Amino acid sequence: MRKILLTLLFVLFGTTAYADGHCSKPSGSINILANDFPALRTFVETAKGCKGSADFKVTHSSEHNKIAVPALTANPSEFSARIAANSSIVPLMNQDLIRPMDDLVKKYGKGIQDSQLITIDGKVMAVAFMANTQHLYYREDVLKELGIPVPKTYEEVVAASEKIRASGKMQHPYAAAYKAGWNLAEEFVNMFIGHGGEFFKAGTAEPNINNAKGVATLNMLKKLASLSNPDYLTHDSEAIKVEWESGKVALMTLWASRSGTLLDDEGDAKITAATKLTGPATVGGGNIPAATLWWDGFTLAKNRSDSDAESTFIALAHAASNKKMVADAADQAVWLVEGFVPGPKSIGVIEAVKMGAKPYPMLPQMGLMHGALGSEIVEFLQGKESAEQALKDVEAAYISKAKEQGFL
Amino acid sequence: MPNKTFFWFFLPTGLAMILFIGLPIISTGIQSFYAQHDQVVKEVKKCDPFGCTVSIVVDQEATSILRDEKPLGKFNGFGTYIDRNHLAIEQISDFWKETDTFGEFINQVTNLPFYKALLFTLTYCLFVTPNVLLLGFIIALSLNAISRKIRGPLIFGTILPMIVTPLVGSLVLFWMIDAEGIIGANLQLMMEDPYLSLKSSRTLTWITIIIYGIWHHSPFAFVVFYAALQTVPQEPVEAAIIDGASRYQRIRHIVLPHIYPVVTFVALISLMDNFRVFEPIIGFSAEGSAQSLSWLIYDNLVNEEVILFGSAAATSMMTIIGIAILLAPVLIRTWKEFRTAR
Repeated sequence: MRKILLTLLFVLFGTTAYADGHCSKPSGSINILANDFPALRTFVETAKGCKGSADFKVTHSSEHNKIAVPALTANPSEFSARIAANSSIVPLMNQDLIRPMDDLVKKYGKGIQDSQLITIDGKVMAVAFMANTQHLYYREDVLKELGIPVPKTYEEVVAASEKIRASGKMQHPYAAAYKAGWNLAEEFVNMFIGHGGEFFKAGTAEPNINNAKGVATLNMLKKLASLSNPDYLTHDSEAIKVEWESGKVALMTLWASRSGTLLDDEGDAKITAATKLTGPATVGGGNIPAATLWWDGFTLAKNRSDSDAESTFIALAHAASNKKMVADAADQAVWLVEGFVPGPKSIGVIEAVKMGAKPYPMLPQMGLMHGALGSEIVEFLQGKESAEQALKDVEAAYISKAKEQGFL
Repeated sequence: MPNKTFFWFFLPTGLAMILFIGLPIISTGIQSFYAQHDQVVKEVKKCDPFGCTVSIVVDQEATSILRDEKPLGKFNGFGTYIDRNHLAIEQISDFWKETDTFGEFINQVTNLPFYKALLFTLTYCLFVTPNVLLLGFIIALSLNAISRKIRGPLIFGTILPMIVTPLVGSLVLFWMIDAEGIIGANLQLMMEDPYLSLKSSRTLTWITIIIYGIWHHSPFAFVVFYAALQTVPQEPVEAAIIDGASRYQRIRHIVLPHIYPVVTFVALISLMDNFRVFEPIIGFSAEGSAQSLSWLIYDNLVNEEVILFGSAAATSMMTIIGIAILLAPVLIRTWKEFRTAR
């Protein structure tokens, strides 16, 4: 009993001593909105370690995108901070819902590296703390048994999957999140960028996808879909993760941030041991990967008192510069925080950066394009219309929405 | 009830209806005529962990001036109603000129989002409503004929689909018909086709959702019909039996005319409910193959990173008009009967 007490005391003492070193004890009220995956939970927990006397609340939700704009539009805003990514910061910027934080960075952001700052027009609008991308996962045992080298391009992924299918080992050897809507559109974005495509005519909001690159993109998506579970249009990242863990898939494109849950102790040990990570694939002879780079970072709500913003910043900056956190949770994410030593689970993102992957386009009208893609290319994948017709539909749907929103 | 008593009796409900239903509809109607201001954008330097680029952002200062002047946005009249994502007047007249055959024209039109959704919504209504009425009536008749001892538990079992939350019900079925699920996998085995998928084929998805709809809505019809059956007077039925009328003849000529007003009521409610079909599409993740008008509104409000208020409002208004048109024949008939009864 005494031993336990001593250990407890030691732990308590240890953490306070540590927190004292980095944290200037905020007060007031802190309320954070964030997506729901392990690395973000760790990040917010770490921030909570520096809550001082503040009232600390957090909402982790995979529906964060749907909540964010209405919740931050209210005045005072429901949340004092929102953990956003390249795409989700755009609607906040468009509606002028987040505040620049240059002063706060100067005052409290000692441990934050310059490379973590997201600056737009010279103002710091977000502080990034982790990077993410989609890359390839493969089953080493299956590929070895059939003598297939690790694929580097999507053409090789197709060839490898066809070989696995022909061997009779697996009926649907490939998986990617092709759920109609956001996920499917994201796969199109990746593949289109891999083909060297630009979504808009230079300097305008005019769409630019109905061309040879768009057609090649769609054809590749269709080929991959034909090698996937026939229900691919209803499968999101979580569903394909389950497929992988049941051993029915040998090649998969999935988020780097999910590698932790694939490689943990849960599930079949044989499959976990044979699960290997590699960089994202290229496509169509291009040299940049068919993937987009993402950052996750925190933003501060504009419609909230200055003192709450300050408290929130202190707590979140404590986490965004926390060497202990990145050391303890090194396998949960690719942290952008100083002191991070990349482990085996970070291979995907690091390879993507090395290969020169592009960040997800942070344009004000990109969300409308993404939305149009998610619903209009479905019929092509189902074999109901031609690639040209599908791309024409996407452009037409986008143009109507962009006109309503005043971009065209 | 004297009119005055009725007025005071109805007043609280009426006020609540105006406040919570009437005013929001008016507000939605007004919003549907407005679009966002023209976006003022500017080029800026943008830096993130992956490097610096020149990018475009919305110029907040210029935009806020515009917004303060006209907070509702830019007046757009029926612009949103007739654009490509709604009634698509222009596109349809183009298709009419460009296409050679009528089939091709219909194909092109049903490829437009609004008509695609309308087609599914109407198909769903047309298949689900009559089947719900029929199935509900048959169940009510059979249960009414069963010994009283076991009637209680049977009634409870029958209304279960209505008790189960729609989303939960559809999710359970969703996993069962997955290619790896119990129904999906067995269907593949039976058909000897490893590529068979209830979820990837449009026709099969529609059939699944329609069957689910019938399963989910029948208990409502059953409950109402069962209650109505209890009021059927026994004397004419007994007289008919003595006259040698068959079971079918008794139902056709005595029971049905008696419960006819109830049938109209159930038909009305079902039609309205089915026209707003929404939950099964989310539950079955079927947005790829089946979209309804309600789903379009949800999509505009929730799935987009930029909320399309104008679009959502326009679709809402058209859904209300759609329901009114669908209900018109039944309403007119009821009104006429009411007049002749007087």
